[in-house]
Amino acid sequence: MNKPLQQTLLATLVAAGLATSGVASAAKTDLVVVSWGGAYTASQQKAYSNPFMKANPDINIVNDDSSAQGLAKLRAQSEAGNVTWDVVDLIASDTITLCDEGLLEEINFDKDIAPAPDGTPATKDFGSMIVSPCFVPLIVYSTTFGYRTDLLKKAPTSIKDVFDLKNFPGKRALQKVPTYNLEWALIADGVDPAKVYDVLDTPEGVDRAFKKLDTIKDQTVWWTQGAQPPQLLADGEVVMASAFNGRLFNAIAKEKQPIAMMWDWEALDLDGFVLPKGAPHRAAALKYIRFASDTQRLADQAKYISYGPARASSAPLVGKHAELGIDMKPHMPTNPINAKHSFITNYSWWADHKDELSARFEAWLAK
Amino acid sequence: MTQVLTTADGVPLKTSLHRTLRRRKITALLLVAPLFVFILITFLFPIADMLVRSFDNSLVPNVLHRTVPLLAKWDEKSGQLPGEKVFAALAQDFKEGQKNFTINRLGKRLNYEKSGMSSLFRKTARKVKRLKEVPSYKQALLKIDKKWGRHDVWFLLKLQSGSVTPTYFYAAVDAHIDDTGKLTMKPEKQQIYLNLFVRTLMLSLLITVITIILGYPVAYLLATLPTKKSNLLIILVLLPFWTSLLVRTSAWIALLQREGVINDLLVWMNIISTDNRLQMIHNQIGTVVAMSHVLLPFMVLPLFSVMKTIPPSYMRAAQSMGATPYLAFARIYFPNTIPGIGAGSILVFILAIGYYITPALVGGTQGTFISNFIAYHISNSLNWGLGAALGAILLAIVLVLYVIYDKMVGINNMKLG
Amino acid sequence: MAALPPYASPLDKIWHYTFLLICGLVFFFLIFPIIVIIPLSFNASPYFNFTAKMLALDPDGYSLRWYQDFFTNSNWHSAVRNSFVIAFFSTLISTFLGTLAALGLSREEFPFRTTITGILISPMIVPLIISAAGMFFFYSRIGLQGTFPGVILAHAALATPFVVITVTATLVGFDNSLLRAAASLGASPTRSFFQITVPIITPGVISGALFAFITSYDEVVVIMFVGSVEQRTIPWQMFSGIREQISPTILAVATMLIIFSIMLLSLIELLRRRNERLRGITPS
Repeated sequence: MNKPLQQTLLATLVAAGLATSGVASAAKTDLVVVSWGGAYTASQQKAYSNPFMKANPDINIVNDDSSAQGLAKLRAQSEAGNVTWDVVDLIASDTITLCDEGLLEEINFDKDIAPAPDGTPATKDFGSMIVSPCFVPLIVYSTTFGYRTDLLKKAPTSIKDVFDLKNFPGKRALQKVPTYNLEWALIADGVDPAKVYDVLDTPEGVDRAFKKLDTIKDQTVWWTQGAQPPQLLADGEVVMASAFNGRLFNAIAKEKQPIAMMWDWEALDLDGFVLPKGAPHRAAALKYIRFASDTQRLADQAKYISYGPARASSAPLVGKHAELGIDMKPHMPTNPINAKHSFITNYSWWADHKDELSARFEAWLAK
Repeated sequence: MTQVLTTADGVPLKTSLHRTLRRRKITALLLVAPLFVFILITFLFPIADMLVRSFDNSLVPNVLHRTVPLLAKWDEKSGQLPGEKVFAALAQDFKEGQKNFTINRLGKRLNYEKSGMSSLFRKTARKVKRLKEVPSYKQALLKIDKKWGRHDVWFLLKLQSGSVTPTYFYAAVDAHIDDTGKLTMKPEKQQIYLNLFVRTLMLSLLITVITIILGYPVAYLLATLPTKKSNLLIILVLLPFWTSLLVRTSAWIALLQREGVINDLLVWMNIISTDNRLQMIHNQIGTVVAMSHVLLPFMVLPLFSVMKTIPPSYMRAAQSMGATPYLAFARIYFPNTIPGIGAGSILVFILAIGYYITPALVGGTQGTFISNFIAYHISNSLNWGLGAALGAILLAIVLVLYVIYDKMVGINNMKLG
Repeated sequence: MAALPPYASPLDKIWHYTFLLICGLVFFFLIFPIIVIIPLSFNASPYFNFTAKMLALDPDGYSLRWYQDFFTNSNWHSAVRNSFVIAFFSTLISTFLGTLAALGLSREEFPFRTTITGILISPMIVPLIISAAGMFFFYSRIGLQGTFPGVILAHAALATPFVVITVTATLVGFDNSLLRAAASLGASPTRSFFQITVPIITPGVISGALFAFITSYDEVVVIMFVGSVEQRTIPWQMFSGIREQISPTILAVATMLIIFSIMLLSLIELLRRRNERLRGITPS
């Protein structure tokens, strides 16, 4: 956009006495860190930001809870050549396209990211968690199931039970997206979990998944925000719900709700930091990312929220919950017992089919 | 020769009058100019800017600037793939696009038209870097991905090579251009927006009818009561009007939800059992009830102001000539209120079809409106072109209604509260 | 309608009372949802419904905890502050520009009045989601997305139609001969403006300003796109509250907003009556 217009607009406003937007003081760098808000941002503040600001008094971290609209805002900012964010927390699948489109900076893992305490380079320590050169993984989270222990006669143990209305009657809550739901439908319908995407790649396979979803459609409430499923379970509106495991942990361990976890075929995904191209404080942002993603910080975060650290070297350091004093290891989605049946979505398959299947999913919902 | 009238300083009166008039006209324009410019910059320009996205396709000719002119010469009807030259140009465009990060943006853009383009572009872009001085680019690209040997892929590239495209608008009405180049409807399982437009219009119409049915008697009562009493009662209409939309929407959630006030009351009165609580929210009922409540004042107020102007003597005259009160009402009073019904209906309808907040909070999957999908495409799917096309259609509907409203009521006569 | 004539037949009577009953029900429909929020906001339990204790009027069923939550939660504090700051400045801009424009529009010699009025009023007609999307892209482009100036400009644009309409309404039937008389008696245009026009339009300007204020204060669609979390306002906070975690804090806020709207409504009503008196329109 032409600069004169912008300047005129701004000048007019400043002249009108509207310099309300908090002019940054010259001495301190305001680093804008965008994340998801709520308990998640709180865990990042406690584990990363507070110690970071103590160590770097010249940097002030400003939290912006806009990750939910992160993709759109980042894309609009970048298209306009006007990036205002320094560090953005996103889920892995979203960052892959952004990276391809050149909106994010590539990270040199062995140079920019701290090695493990024993000297193992970061690339090795993160291993297969590095799914995109632009994405620094922090935690592994899963979308899995919680159920009401008092409202169901039998405890569900398999993904098949989610689709079994006869033995497990009552409403279910599922996320209002095709991702995971189609995979679960196929696995529950007897498809070999290793071949789910081969089946989905055919029109008959997609039909089959929707047909399976049809069987529980009347009994399903669709959620859009992470806070909804625990609430729906707590209110007794549904008897089982797919939800982010950390949210379920909170409802179970902290709020003592009569809810239990069902980990069968939990869908794992990664959440982490990206550095937008053109970030206003690139150096400080890199410094923060390096600090936040080191072994100790990732292990610390698990004290506040039940998401698994993305570094191999952090796993043994995971201890007890800071307030509740519970050992956090059994609550990690990466715990081998929980992750016995688990899958990671096929990012590139979804990149191709998300537009089409989202439209179809919405059309299916509206019927 | 007639004497020309002049003013005291000798200027002909006619000229002087003209001059004054012109000066006054300019003053009037100058008074309006600041707001006009303000609205233009902060409001109209942004909307126009967004609407451009609904047909802008410059990404394709910009990124594939070598391929597009060559493709124009390719005869897609021959059934043959394009020649080596086109493949070579494409490989060059891919190399350049990979360097400046535009190629994957293009892949995502074309994926809206055909699933699979995104990964085809990503895969090709990654591998094309290594191609140097190969004997045949055609073979090389086919080796990278055999999809480059598919006629429909090339046909799509040719179809989309213009810098403007109608395909977002096609998608907005569930149509597409199929592989043979014909404009057809999408398979039924993927149709979504036409139904959504129909649903938005039908629910808005239903809401309008409900507000007429509820609003008419109230407006009649207000118009015929003595002013002192009607002034008190009109506050009951104005209070919801002045209460925050979010407040009213949360009130309806409290009333309608499964564990809500109305269900509790019905259970308490033994009309329903506690296991059979009514589902009145997160569906169309929720949207219609809450929106009728929100929009009712917009019906009552115009009706009231029209009814106020109907002299009570009309009714008396009719009755004195032997008409029963019902006949007098039907033949005399009601026809006089039709302009009010029209004005209120269009106002309510215009407001209803653009609603976003209330359907988003109480509409569930069945009670959402077209606005909710525009928001979805802007902030979630990032298919901004489709979002803009849906917006353009919605805007066109609203503008047509606005013009009708203007013809009927005159926007100069619009009143508030 | 007001009273039934003594000669009314039984059928007339039945019809009359049915009619009054219908009107009563509609008024109930209008007001009840708003009133019901108020007791619910004193709920001691974290739900949106009346508990058995509340219905038994047991004091234990009631509490001020949601009000306490509101007054101790920093998110709500900043939401209240943001709401007022944004509404104040956007009201200022829209009232100033809108009043000027209304003065120009209501001059008889104004050309293309209908078209220009149509354009100036368009922010009120265009569906909010379209305004929001357009402003989102454009304001990102000029660096105003996620800033206070951006949100204030956006809200000012949405609010100006209300000012234009209310001020124009006070000028309808404005007797221009008053100004001519003043001029012929030797008053300068400035003097006649301040002594004649200003007193006449003042009630319209104030009620237009109130409309502008409430427009910005209640607006949530555009700000969610144009603003960022630093500009989060009360309705935005309520919207995400309803979507994410329904807690009766929202009802406590709603109750306070209802009281606030009653205050605003009374103010508007007073102004309207004063205006009618001033312009010699006596309520008949």
